[in-house]
Amino acid sequence: MEVVGEEDGDTEGKRKNGHSKKEEKKEDNERGEKVQKKKKNKRIETSSEQESSEEVEDEVEEEGEEKPEVLSPEELEKLKEAVDERKKRISTLRGKPWPMRKKLLTLRESHEFVEKYEGALGKGKSRKLYAYKVMMLKKWMKFQRDFENFKTACVPWEMKIKEIESHFGSSVASYFIFLRWMYGINMILFGLTFGLVMVPEALMGRPYGSMPRKTVPRAEEANAMDFAVLWDFGGYAQYSVLFYGYYNSQRAIGWLKFRMPLSYFLVGVGTVAYSYMVVIRTMARNANEDGGGDDNSFNFSWKMFTSWDYLIGNPETADNKFASITTSFKEAILEEQESRKDDNIHLTRFLRVLANFLVLCCLAGSGYLIYFVVRRSQKFALEGLESHSWWERNEVNMVMSLLGMFCPMLFDVISALENYHPRIALQWQLGRIFALFLGNLYTFIIALMDEINLKREEEEVLKLNMTIWEASLYNGTLGANSTAPPITVHPADIPRGPCWETMVGQEFVRLIVSDTMTTYITLLIGDFLRAVLVRFLNYCWCWDLEAGFPSYSEFDVSGNVLGLIFNQGMIWMGAFYAPCLPALNVLRLHVSMYLQCWAVMCCNVPQERVFKASGSNNFYMAMLLVILFLSTLPAIYTIVTIPPSFDCGPFSGKSRMFDVIQETLESDFPAWFGKMFSYASNPGLVLPFLLLMVLAIYYLQSTSKSYKQANLELKKKLQTGPTADLHAAEQNEENKKKKKMAALKAAMDLEEAQNARSEAPRQQRNNNASQQSYRDRGEKKGGEHRAHQGKSNHQIPPSATRPPAPRGHGLPGPLPGNQRQPAPSVQRVPNSQRH
Amino acid sequence: MGTTASQLGKDLLSEYQELTFLTKQEILLAHKRFSECLSKEDKNLPTPRVPMEKVLSLPELKSNPFRKRICHVFSTSDMKDGSLTFEDFLDLLSAFSDSATLEIKSHYAFRIFDFDDDGTLDSGDLEKLVNCLTGETDDTRLTPEEMRQLISNILEESDIDKDGTVNLSEFQHVISRSPDFVSSFKIVL
Repeated sequence: MEVVGEEDGDTEGKRKNGHSKKEEKKEDNERGEKVQKKKKNKRIETSSEQESSEEVEDEVEEEGEEKPEVLSPEELEKLKEAVDERKKRISTLRGKPWPMRKKLLTLRESHEFVEKYEGALGKGKSRKLYAYKVMMLKKWMKFQRDFENFKTACVPWEMKIKEIESHFGSSVASYFIFLRWMYGINMILFGLTFGLVMVPEALMGRPYGSMPRKTVPRAEEANAMDFAVLWDFGGYAQYSVLFYGYYNSQRAIGWLKFRMPLSYFLVGVGTVAYSYMVVIRTMARNANEDGGGDDNSFNFSWKMFTSWDYLIGNPETADNKFASITTSFKEAILEEQESRKDDNIHLTRFLRVLANFLVLCCLAGSGYLIYFVVRRSQKFALEGLESHSWWERNEVNMVMSLLGMFCPMLFDVISALENYHPRIALQWQLGRIFALFLGNLYTFIIALMDEINLKREEEEVLKLNMTIWEASLYNGTLGANSTAPPITVHPADIPRGPCWETMVGQEFVRLIVSDTMTTYITLLIGDFLRAVLVRFLNYCWCWDLEAGFPSYSEFDVSGNVLGLIFNQGMIWMGAFYAPCLPALNVLRLHVSMYLQCWAVMCCNVPQERVFKASGSNNFYMAMLLVILFLSTLPAIYTIVTIPPSFDCGPFSGKSRMFDVIQETLESDFPAWFGKMFSYASNPGLVLPFLLLMVLAIYYLQSTSKSYKQANLELKKKLQTGPTADLHAAEQNEENKKKKKMAALKAAMDLEEAQNARSEAPRQQRNNNASQQSYRDRGEKKGGEHRAHQGKSNHQIPPSATRPPAPRGHGLPGPLPGNQRQPAPSVQRVPNSQRH
Repeated sequence: MGTTASQLGKDLLSEYQELTFLTKQEILLAHKRFSECLSKEDKNLPTPRVPMEKVLSLPELKSNPFRKRICHVFSTSDMKDGSLTFEDFLDLLSAFSDSATLEIKSHYAFRIFDFDDDGTLDSGDLEKLVNCLTGETDDTRLTPEEMRQLISNILEESDIDKDGTVNLSEFQHVISRSPDFVSSFKIVL
């Protein structure tokens, strides 16, 4: 690297320096001169160079200080503008489609200019401050850039996804990108629940065994450590920080005075709020990028220009892509040529209605099945779980998972009746699977509600029994005075209430675990085993297994995405009652990523019909949002309506869970805060506020509608081309002229009539009038001349003669009556081009 | 000037970062891959050029039907032979990178599709484009009739000034409305 030599103070004057810390004053006459191009030094200071430069600078400064400041304010302004312009140029350089050499030269020139004159902009005493600010700005930009680099390096699994992209194209890869995004969200949720709920209770709360809610009951102690019990999340797993029931309701714990119940409640609310925020933000971002892509107007052009996926690096995938593109071209051409042959539309309609009916039957059937199974499991629970087989104990989860596996296949078969275009069929399929999952989930929740009610009744009974039991304890010692010492009973022996919250949490955890297991087993059997069989049995089978049935499986993007979304919905539902759920989900997603990446590369083949994933991107986000809303509803309902258990969990003893907020407001905040809050929550204030928000939403809705209208208008104008607009304008002009002529004619007739009545005195006026009319006609003729001139002007490229005004200016385009001349050299810029 | 044997100068690296949409790691990776394509003697030249055949053998470009056009568009060689210097290679990666803007991508896409380099896409260009997309074998090609129909449909959609060709601004207008152009016009090393 060359080292920039020191220069003479007078001629070029300025030395290139890493920072413009102690820049010199410029010379006025050099402003216009071309700066010599030089290689830049290292930006960041190296000590030796710095010292030498500083020494030299001191020298030059001494000389320079003798020269007076000769900048007037206007010159200063101009200089500032020039410097700003250069800076802007630097920042936009990377977006210019120039070759690198040109960009490099421009960059260096602009940098030199900026550095040379930037120091001069600071005046006098504040110059050092200004230069310091400039240096800090540079450092900040460099830091930002490094941070961006670091962030990109931190993103996990980049190479894996890139490999999948090159083999399978972007639609399959989009599933993995979605998985990674979900993983990120779950990490944050895990951080919240782990750091603010589980860890404080574990470290600062009462230890295991000190309270009845924290101890395994005596009756269950014997098998509390069994693997089967632990797998089922009973035993020691149940009486731990993993579930709601373990937490103590003490208001402040530990030396930090950590408000445990408040933290539990706020974390629960916070996870939901954070999820909403992230999903909506991503949707908004996707919507922006879409740019209103509801167009069918560029069907062929898009197929032509955007259908090739440049990420494909695998020849086999490329061949598949070629075939799919050809098929789509031919299909599109065919559709365009002939209108759909609507023969037998009645048959098609009947078949479609039949198909929908069958699907509804399926959905109803599966809903009923789940309800039935859940009630049966309650019966089993009452009879005692040990007397039943493994299947009967885990019936609910297995049934739900199996339904989730087989019903979509059934829907697929039924949809063969419908005879839709594949893309529409896919949307119907997704909608039906969505309805299936939703129905199953809600049936499950309803059944769960029944169980909750059962448990609460049990609780009432137990409360009564408690008093009896306590009395029985003291029975023996009643002989002594009432100052009997309190009898210590081991916490394991104290009867405790059935904790319905822990039960709910357990149910969700079990559901997630069984769902995960089912997915993995399906993957292994459905994909891996099938691939192995096809591969090895092919040698000794009668027909070609690889080409015909069953062949290798394709990666089902939509099914997997739906599974992921519903899994997340269950997490959101259960996270309040089982703080361990986000942690479990993080683990699950982590394993899924590796397992599915491996399975895809090993057992799947690229899809034959490729549907672009990006169009469905917002579709999946919308589904996620709906699921988020629907899954937080039950949790909110239970929090608001059902009183918490009296002896377990952080809200035990309160009448409603959200009372903890009230309590905090009263005790932890100063009095005026509580007062202010109570004023703010006054219905008289809240209702007008809500009304205002509704009005604002209505206003925004109507403005957005009007923008959309304007957009459509512009689009139409663009598409029908300049000719229609032109014709309309000409028509207008013609009409106007006609009207004018008619009006003049009428005026003239009137005049003549009046003249006929009184000739002499009116003759002068007549002359004037006729002169006027002649003038009018002359003007009209002149207008036409002008118009002709305008037309001739248009032979020249418009940018030369016209200012860049919108097309309404003057007469649009060439005039009618003259044949339109193709202007191949005129690059006219449509107004709607994005900048 | 240019790169020394195996290292990129630090200031050159930061300049490249400012001028392209690539991160530092990506530029270094590109440099590594580029050096692997150079032959021994070439390495000592001040601005080494990789011949087009070597570039076409990169796995990212191997299966791309537009690989030759890409090389021609980004090459600054006087002999128009499609050879690339390191800076051309960086330009290529920057235009195809994830963070490149729509304007840059559409500009280069237009140049790539313009087979005869005349600044507009006429029917000859479009026909060659379709043939590239439908593959080499005969059974995947379109019949002349279908080709004609396709091209007339495209011109009907995109040609706003009805001059029989698609120019840059019309192309950019079409592309800007497409939801998946940006995500598919990507090459990552």
